[in-house]
Amino acid sequence: MIYLWIAIAVLLGAGSLLSMARLVIGPTILDRSLSVDVLLASAIAGIGAYAAFHRDPTVLPILLTMSVLGFVGSVSISRFVARRQLGRTEPNEEGTP
Amino acid sequence: MMATIADWAAVGCLLVGALLSFAAGVGLIRFPDLLSRMHTAAKPQVLGLLLILVGIGIRLAPEPRVGVLVLIALFQILTVPVASHIAARAAYRTGRIRRDLISVDELQAELDSAEAAAQPDPGPGRN
Repeated sequence: MIYLWIAIAVLLGAGSLLSMARLVIGPTILDRSLSVDVLLASAIAGIGAYAAFHRDPTVLPILLTMSVLGFVGSVSISRFVARRQLGRTEPNEEGTP
Repeated sequence: MMATIADWAAVGCLLVGALLSFAAGVGLIRFPDLLSRMHTAAKPQVLGLLLILVGIGIRLAPEPRVGVLVLIALFQILTVPVASHIAARAAYRTGRIRRDLISVDELQAELDSAEAAAQPDPGPGRN
C-alpha cells in the first residue's frame, strides 16, 4: 500500500509542477489566476493526503482557510481586471512577460 | 479486516483525486484557450477535492473533527462556480479569449441586442 501513497504524492507533485509552468508562461493575468487556483487545489489535496496518511486531524482548519483564500484571491483578481479595462482599451497581453 | 477494507477505499479515493489533479495540470499546459483551461481546472477543484475529503473522512473515521470536512466541501461547492463565472465574464468582456475556437456564441447576440436597445435613447440632457 505504501507504493500507492507514493503514487499519490508523485501525481500531486507533477500536477503542481505543470500548473506552475502555466503560471510562468500563461499569456494573460487570468490564466495565471486560474493556474494559481489549480495550484491551491493541489496544495489542499496534498495537505489532505498528509492528514490521511498520518491520521492527523490537526491540519484540517488549514484546508478550510486555504479554500477561503482561493475564492477571495480569484474573485479580486477578476474584479481588478474588469475594472482596469473599463476606461480604456489596451491590446491583448499576448507575449508580454 | 474491516479496517483494511476502509484503508483501501480511502487510498483509492485519494488516488483518483490525485489523478484528477494531475489531469488538470496536463490540461492547463495542453489546452489552447482560457475557457478550455477553465474547463479542465474545475475538475480538481470540485470532484478531486471531494474525493480527497471523502478519503480523509474514511481514514479518520471515529474522529469528531471530521465535521470540518463537510464544511470545506460545502464551501468549495458554493464558491468555485461563482469564482469561475466571474473570471470567465471578465475574460469575455475584455477580449482575452480566442473567438475562433467558439462554435456557438450565444452571449454576443445578447450583448448586441442590449446595446442596440440602450443606444437610441440618448436622454435629454446629454449630447
